[in-house]
Amino acid sequence: MSENINEETQITKPATEETTSAERTRGGVYYRPNCDIVETAEELLVRADMPGAKGEEINVNFEDGMLSIHAPVKPRQDEEVEYLLHEYGVGDYYRTFQVSEAIDAGKIEAQYAEGVLTLHLPKAESAKPRKIAVKPGG
Amino acid sequence: MLATRYRLPRHPIAQLREEMDKVFSGLLSQPLDAWRSGGARPGQPAVNMWEEPERFCVEMEVPGLKQDQLELAVAGGELSIRVDRPEVVEQGATYHRRERPVGTFARVIRLPSDIDGEKVDAKLADGVLTVLLPKSQAAQPRKIQVSPA
Repeated sequence: MSENINEETQITKPATEETTSAERTRGGVYYRPNCDIVETAEELLVRADMPGAKGEEINVNFEDGMLSIHAPVKPRQDEEVEYLLHEYGVGDYYRTFQVSEAIDAGKIEAQYAEGVLTLHLPKAESAKPRKIAVKPGG
Repeated sequence: MLATRYRLPRHPIAQLREEMDKVFSGLLSQPLDAWRSGGARPGQPAVNMWEEPERFCVEMEVPGLKQDQLELAVAGGELSIRVDRPEVVEQGATYHRRERPVGTFARVIRLPSDIDGEKVDAKLADGVLTVLLPKSQAAQPRKIQVSPA
């Protein structure tokens, strides 16, 4: 995964059409939450901006090295509202990541506060960097 | 007015229209179309605003922000919002993605009619800021009785 720093674009969440067939039961646009992904020696840390989602309704799935996050979001205003400014839409969040690290799936932790989902994906023991002592001898 | 309900940034027509909107709102917003000014320029947080009979509502998505990182002020028919998102640098870590905005962002939104500054209310929940601006007495819709001649 390469580094990707978003600089000069407007701060909105991009809309996406990519979604699994199971999710398409309701028509509509899904939004791709902006994410920070940080790797430390111990874990992969994912922070996803999902304002307006309810913590108990967020689905996080990790299967076969693919991490997917989904949250349903209901519109906050009636359809007939006349907007004076309408610069972003409100809708469900969905994003998937291919994770190349070996992750200990049983220890994944997720927290949600103030519109941000934080995921801790601890690396499997075999994947942690390990210092190897070099002994003298030949 | 940016009326697209769903932003599909990949659609070329929408992109062209957005660019045109930005150019025009930048040129014309202050003198001619004053109350519509505040079309978001790059680096500014996106805002939704709508009118109800007795108040204006302004909504902004500010995930990860706590109350002390937000500054709201109403003066002279304008609402100004200032957002300060500190950068969190993890020591000894590698960033694979860095999409969440950091830094200070500010926006001034001109309000179309007079509002009652004393009664402005703001709520922050799940990363969504909603500012409710009740119209002043003079600006509220008023039924006019037609009396027989």
